[in-house]
Amino acid sequence: MKPLLKVEKLSLRLPKGSDREFAIRDISYDLMPGELLCVVGESGSGKSMTANAIMGLLPKVIEVDQGAVTFDSYDLTSLEEKRARALRGNRISMIFQEPMTALNPLMRVEDQISEVFLIHTQMTSTERHERTLALLEDVGLPDPQKMLRAYPHQLSGGQRQRVMIAMALALEPSILIADEPTTALDVTTQAQILKLIKALQRKHNTAVMFITHDFGVVAEIADRVVVMEKGELVEIGQCDEVLNHPKHPYTQKLIAAVPPLVSPHREAKVYQEPPILLVKDLCKTYSTGGSWFSKARIVKAADNVNFELHRGETLGLVGESGSGKSTVSRCVVRLLEADSGQIFLAGKEIQSLGSKALTPFRKRIQMVFQDPYASLNPRKTIGQIIADGPIAQGVEPSVAYQKAADLLDLVELPKSALSRYPHEFSGGQRQRVGIARALAHDPEVLVADEAISALDVSVQAQILELIENLKKRLNLAVLFVVHDLRVAAQVCDRVIVMEKGKIVEMGETTQVFESPNHEYTKSLIASIPGADWRSGVSDENISQGEGVRG
Amino acid sequence: MNVIKSLTHNKVAMVGFAILSMFILIAVFGPYLYDGNPWRMVQRPFIPPFQNNQYILGTDTLGRDVLAGLIHGARISLLVGLVSTAIALLIGIPLGAYAGYYGGWVDEVLMRFTEIFQTVPSFALAIVLVAIFEPSVYSITGAIAIVSWPPVARLVRGEFLSLRSQEYVLAAKLNGQTNRNIIMREILPNSLSPIIVLASLMVASAILLESSLSFLGLGDPEIMSWGYMIGAAKTVLRQAWWLSFIPGAAIAVTVLSLNLLGEGLNEALNPKLSGNREN
Repeated sequence: MKPLLKVEKLSLRLPKGSDREFAIRDISYDLMPGELLCVVGESGSGKSMTANAIMGLLPKVIEVDQGAVTFDSYDLTSLEEKRARALRGNRISMIFQEPMTALNPLMRVEDQISEVFLIHTQMTSTERHERTLALLEDVGLPDPQKMLRAYPHQLSGGQRQRVMIAMALALEPSILIADEPTTALDVTTQAQILKLIKALQRKHNTAVMFITHDFGVVAEIADRVVVMEKGELVEIGQCDEVLNHPKHPYTQKLIAAVPPLVSPHREAKVYQEPPILLVKDLCKTYSTGGSWFSKARIVKAADNVNFELHRGETLGLVGESGSGKSTVSRCVVRLLEADSGQIFLAGKEIQSLGSKALTPFRKRIQMVFQDPYASLNPRKTIGQIIADGPIAQGVEPSVAYQKAADLLDLVELPKSALSRYPHEFSGGQRQRVGIARALAHDPEVLVADEAISALDVSVQAQILELIENLKKRLNLAVLFVVHDLRVAAQVCDRVIVMEKGKIVEMGETTQVFESPNHEYTKSLIASIPGADWRSGVSDENISQGEGVRG
Repeated sequence: MNVIKSLTHNKVAMVGFAILSMFILIAVFGPYLYDGNPWRMVQRPFIPPFQNNQYILGTDTLGRDVLAGLIHGARISLLVGLVSTAIALLIGIPLGAYAGYYGGWVDEVLMRFTEIFQTVPSFALAIVLVAIFEPSVYSITGAIAIVSWPPVARLVRGEFLSLRSQEYVLAAKLNGQTNRNIIMREILPNSLSPIIVLASLMVASAILLESSLSFLGLGDPEIMSWGYMIGAAKTVLRQAWWLSFIPGAAIAVTVLSLNLLGEGLNEALNPKLSGNREN
């Protein structure tokens, strides 16, 4: 079979002063008609660069150093803009990561989709209308007639991504490039979108180039896999081959870092002491859009939430976006005021305390935040970031700085980091600083709000290991808010599953994963991409991936 | 460090900076180096520029030295521009910071108060204020400051609104830091760059405002200023156009250089927002 698209020895040069010379170097691979090729790699691996080169979306500062991308006997890298425009959206089309921003908020769905026909074809308006309607049916949107008239803000993330897919497939392109199309979606939505892409690909025999960082997704849909590391192609092969018998050490390391979906056997712990954190009947509602003339929309983010947490225990709080898991975690640390309910920290009720009275309790319950790039003040040195908290609590500055140095040791960062600024560190290192800051107060409870979800998979493994070690050493109680069920299965002793502000299931991790009771839990577990793959791997294989530094 | 480096690479901004520095030097040292009283009548009136060796830029309607007027005018223009901007920042930053940080009714009250000033045309308000308090350097500076702080408050409020929910601010709250500490040490340093840019442009508009007031005869009668010079020459515009043109050009060049510098600062401080670069 003749390849549809040939990438030959493609090198893209980065502007001077970047961290490396080439964005991608000497990349060669083929895309066959009707196949689904996954391009996998961590952030900074250059996995999206090839796709951008194909679509002519490269930033101006990046130039093609050598090589070619051949499609239909054209070299796409040197094609003039006018010709390229005729191919784009017509023969090759693309879907993006952010369904929230990829659609024009001022255009109705119908206008957005039929614009494609308007540009590339001579269809009449009735033809356009019919085709658009057919497309919406094709991508499985409910009530397509009504959908035509909808504006993007009226659709959910998954529905918007379906509209994007409809737009991309409108002209039956030979190649569809999907750049992390499901990363911003919830796991159940992701499962539906993956199924849809696979089904449409089969139906129209489209070649799909699917860019992702998630090996679970690869296992779910790929025919062939390309693995990229720092701009170089390290492995290419059939999906089964690469996933189950990776040859290159980097691929092995990446795959080993994917947490298997089996929770390791844990002994049910019996706690002598009373729980360090006890949450009773916590309620929190948000109301939005209320005005004099319209009724406010009320969302129950926490609806009678009850749980307890012991020292030395990791409690997972899992659920999809909008389930209220973050709200609960923020109410617990009193960043948000709950509407009603009680929170006991070491037997003391802290929900009703005013901000003055709360101050001494602040240090006993600390939080690690999600985004390592937003959680450190860019204008402060690492030393200040860690020591400022204790200083605010009345600790001598010299003592606090000494402690900061010790903490850096504890989170395995060099002491020289003290006087440096956050921008000099990678995401994983910053997250270590974030953990050090939380530990500066010797807290008893650590709340990790999606603390690893912004990190690459190999870095995730390290941070998880660090939190686990610290928990054991310092006898911490950890409340782990997480949407990734694979991670939850690995690190949590018990899990709480939340849906729309309510706890639907709570229990030992093994029990919840092996025999879930609630329908919602079952559907969550069934939606995990690549659930069949790596479901029987033992613990030893994970530790291989931890020698790598973020 | 990086900011200064990328600013020095920006030629346009450096031109602005050079011109501005020149004016500042003239304003500071000029009166000591060039011996001339701007008010004294030294020669016959209406000498055009470059005709008399002693008075290079000629004399005005009353026979006063134009160059001396220009030099003394630079002093008052820059002084009023800088001081009034400083006062406007001192009013605007705290108001905006409190409104943005606390939100709720504090925000409502402070912003309604700000809007009172924004709904009145600023030039008209400045005229009224100067007229009430009698024209003097102090009243002019004060009036300009009072009409120019609302945009600062608005800007700072916006910055605080977006920064207060940043995770590092939340972390500071969890640390038990006081609100004052969070405002001063966590949020304010991170919102400084747009404030600096705005301030450089405010100096320019303050200079224009001062000139306009002086032109209308509302300047300090004790002090020679560019606006006064144009105002005094407006009746003889057809006979001696250069008398309006020379101080006018000085105003234009100063304001332009401030704008260039402000734009350069903007590019250096917010590389992502400037249109010139990719990425």
